[in-house]
Amino acid sequence: MREERFYRVLRVIGLAFFTLITAFPLYTVVISSIKPLGDVQSAFHWIPSRITFEPYVQIWSTVPLAHYFINSVIVCVSATVISVIVAILAAYAVSRYRFFGRNPFRLTVLSTQMFPGILFLLPLFIIFVNIDQTFGVHLYGSRVGLIITYLTFSLPLSIWMLVGYFNSIPRELEEAAMVDGSTALGALFRVLIPVSLPGIVAVAVFAFMTAWGEVLFASVLTTNATRTLAIGLRDYASQSNVYWNQLMAAAIVVSIPVVAGFLALQRYLVQGLTAGGVKG
Amino acid sequence: MNGRSISRKEFLKAGGGALAGASVVGLAGCGGGQSSGGSSGGGGGGKAGKTLTYWASNQATSIQGDKQVLGRVIREFKKKTGIQVNLQVIGWPDLFNKITTAISSGQGPDVLNIGNTWSPTFQQTGAFLPFDQGALGAIGGKDKFIETAYRTSGMHEPYPSVPLYGLAYGLFYNKAMFEQAGIKSPPKTWDEFVAVARKLTKPPKQWGFAVEGASITENAHWAFMLGKQQGGSLFKGTKPTFDSPGVVRGVAQYIGFMDKDRIVAPQDAQYSTGTQSPADFAKGKAAMVIGQKNYMINFKSYGMKESEYGVSHMPIPKQLPPGGKPIMSHTAGINISIFKNTQNKKGALEFVKFMTSKKMQVYLNQQYGSLPVTKEASKAQVFQTPVMKVFLDVYANHSAPMPLVPDEGQMETLVGGAVKTLFGKAATGRVGTSDVKSQLAAANQKMAAGGGA
Amino acid sequence: MSERKSEPGATPAVGRRRRWLGPQMFPYLLLVPAIVFELLIHIVPMVFGVVISFLKLTALYIRNWSQAPFVGFENFRIGLEPRGAIGSALVHSFLITLAYTMLVVAGSWVFGVAAALLVNSEFRGRGWFRTLFLIPYTLPIYVAVIAWEFMLQQNTGSINTLLVDDLHILKNPPFWLIGGKAFWSLVMTALWRSWPFAFLLILAALQNIPQDLYEAAAVDGASKWRQFRSITLPQIRPVSAVVVLVLFLWTFNDFNTPYILFGQSPPAAADLLSLHIYINSFVDLNFGLGAAMSTLLLLFLFIVSVVYVRLLRVGSEENA
Repeated sequence: MREERFYRVLRVIGLAFFTLITAFPLYTVVISSIKPLGDVQSAFHWIPSRITFEPYVQIWSTVPLAHYFINSVIVCVSATVISVIVAILAAYAVSRYRFFGRNPFRLTVLSTQMFPGILFLLPLFIIFVNIDQTFGVHLYGSRVGLIITYLTFSLPLSIWMLVGYFNSIPRELEEAAMVDGSTALGALFRVLIPVSLPGIVAVAVFAFMTAWGEVLFASVLTTNATRTLAIGLRDYASQSNVYWNQLMAAAIVVSIPVVAGFLALQRYLVQGLTAGGVKG
Repeated sequence: MNGRSISRKEFLKAGGGALAGASVVGLAGCGGGQSSGGSSGGGGGGKAGKTLTYWASNQATSIQGDKQVLGRVIREFKKKTGIQVNLQVIGWPDLFNKITTAISSGQGPDVLNIGNTWSPTFQQTGAFLPFDQGALGAIGGKDKFIETAYRTSGMHEPYPSVPLYGLAYGLFYNKAMFEQAGIKSPPKTWDEFVAVARKLTKPPKQWGFAVEGASITENAHWAFMLGKQQGGSLFKGTKPTFDSPGVVRGVAQYIGFMDKDRIVAPQDAQYSTGTQSPADFAKGKAAMVIGQKNYMINFKSYGMKESEYGVSHMPIPKQLPPGGKPIMSHTAGINISIFKNTQNKKGALEFVKFMTSKKMQVYLNQQYGSLPVTKEASKAQVFQTPVMKVFLDVYANHSAPMPLVPDEGQMETLVGGAVKTLFGKAATGRVGTSDVKSQLAAANQKMAAGGGA
Repeated sequence: MSERKSEPGATPAVGRRRRWLGPQMFPYLLLVPAIVFELLIHIVPMVFGVVISFLKLTALYIRNWSQAPFVGFENFRIGLEPRGAIGSALVHSFLITLAYTMLVVAGSWVFGVAAALLVNSEFRGRGWFRTLFLIPYTLPIYVAVIAWEFMLQQNTGSINTLLVDDLHILKNPPFWLIGGKAFWSLVMTALWRSWPFAFLLILAALQNIPQDLYEAAAVDGASKWRQFRSITLPQIRPVSAVVVLVLFLWTFNDFNTPYILFGQSPPAAADLLSLHIYINSFVDLNFGLGAAMSTLLLLFLFIVSVVYVRLLRVGSEENA
């Protein structure tokens, strides 16, 4: 009984601790987004002197936020969809066919996580330019270039997670389908994918999140027309003034899609990770 | 045996072949940046003679603001020449990188703005059209420019850019506070300055002077300006001399405002955006601030009226030490350049001529709160206010260009960073001259070792 | 580990019509898109980047790559020369990054395990806690870091308001973004953002542990702490290993956090390697040197990973 109480108290303290450290910065952001500009530029107060929702209105005109939003949505959704498809195909091949072994493959995937982005930023840009000159395919400064870049960033981990996930699903299911006359691809689409939905969702969510927040490559590969949200947010700190309250408001607006999406799909994520990347 | 698996050897062979092939294609293709055309940066490929791509810098309070201001310029230019200008406004965090990637890939705009201190760096790359006799003639001749402004445009003639907007430092003081304390006129020497500031320092709410202590660029400028006043120089030819006695004295003086004279609030040590010290001034937290003319835009955005503050020039030492010069500003500003491989050279030169014409100079500099760079424009009636006269005088007669060396950017980072570190120390303690010297010496060593060209 | 070869396209008519397009090509075809993208975006630029490290690619040459002189290991020598200003700065940056990474990864793991344990047991409302704890990780990186930049301001930030005005722990509001404390600002920001990732994965692992293990142990009279040490920890070992390695790589390579917090001139205490290299490449336009440093960074991480994976494989075989 004593032990029970002790652990219960411990749990309360523990939860309180994590709640506080998580909520404190979030509260700062939220409360600052509804303060007048004067407030955010002077000493911080827990309760605003005056609550105003003006920042939420102003953010759309100070910076073409809606435009950036559209760009981000187009780029990130496309990158996610294509990345997931490519990853599924690749993971299927690795999982279901005899390759020279899992560990070299794992190390290859791992090695892509080591690549420092700055090393291949400039070369990538130059390659895009050369492709444009040789094939006339407009990659730099266009959304296509960014989409291709982002989908590749999440590819290694996606493939890895899906391989793990597929491995945990017995082949009998597909073999049964193929015995019944389906082709391998058919088996993939009709049998394996529906069963692997949690894993696929997990992969999609991570891919989307990675693309949504990426800053470095977006700053070099976009033009005014194709600018994404991640770097668009920087425009709130302009030549003469840092509009902190608008910046915070915009930050919230920008975060809502990914946060909401992630939280809504939590269940799938845990499931997907359990069988997939976790067992890797 | 159907469906045999891929053996390790085969995969590696295939993969290796693909990799090698791709590398060759990729590397071969980028050998020559010159071979590619320049004017398709913004997709305005089509009619080379009829379009121009222009990368403008962010001069207004927001990027939207720039688009509005330049919108009028573009319309008038089209009416005059029939050339359509595709405008891109690029924020300062990205501008330098974008120019760099444009240079390395050969794909960029036709015309672009650059910070004038970048001119020597870009001159080295050879990517910009040199303004030789022919080009200068096409834009109206080099004599139309204010001489100090023109001289900042590069390491040696022909320059890779010409001036577009000018900026200079001035001393802004709060009239009401001065009156209240019985101060009749703005200080002219540093001794007077410190005395005045002390009178107006009433911590913690009010301070005599505000600085942008964590801003690399501001710090580099101050090291340069005060260094020059003290007879020192950041470079001797191309050799860095950050720790020369004159520079050390100058920087020690600047840091001393915070820890020795105590006329600057310690929190200024973290001001980095270039907007915080003018904000303090506008809100009455600081009695004086020394900054570039476009601080006036900041003041306005905080609701401070022009009638509430006065403008004078930066103080100088009562007695200039040997070699010291009465420099009151560095010749700041924005220049305009043309990419060498532009497809529309004629149009680009036309545009530069247009931007530096009297009418546009008056319009643009008024909108942006900067200084005109041509002699003609600076005589315009609208610039004959007392405030403008102070700045124009400083700009034309008492300013000097930042060191015209190729590694200007690195210099700013190193010197500015050293001063920033010193301010950090000053905010929480005392900084001695030996500290200043050692920080600058360390920066100097890095500059000298710097792998740059 | 079944290595059974499964037979795709078992219907002979489809399979044997054209041998070169036959079943053995099928897995290749599936992999082609992934390989193409990887080559285009990851592999070829990386190789290119490494090649650059052998060239003296400075401002003078960025227009014509092929003209840049081949300087062999010169860039590497400059970068590693411990007595030179650049070499010593690089070593300093490396050490700072190492300390930063270890603190963030260790902290994330500890927090992650702790919070996962707390949330794993059945109680009402645990879903809410799980949701809340995940939020920092889901925020776009720019948002997360800028929030902390705002909080860490010396005079207008909420951290100092809390510490000085409310809790009276400190008398004078310290500077968090300049000087020595900048290091801790970095660590705090990164930790806040990373630990939910560890939390998520470890929670998933915890939920996979069969309950009867615990029940059996409880019957045997083992205390909760004993159960934790002997059951929980070993069970989550595989996941922990992955989490720690991945977090290590990501954190060591972290560019966004220092860049957004400090811009192009970080205080010496917060001079992380990625930013350091970036400044050398893009600000000074010395791409050759920057590429050499990046290659060294890559080499280091590669060695660490190999050693790590090796150690773990040996370990897991023993435990299996």
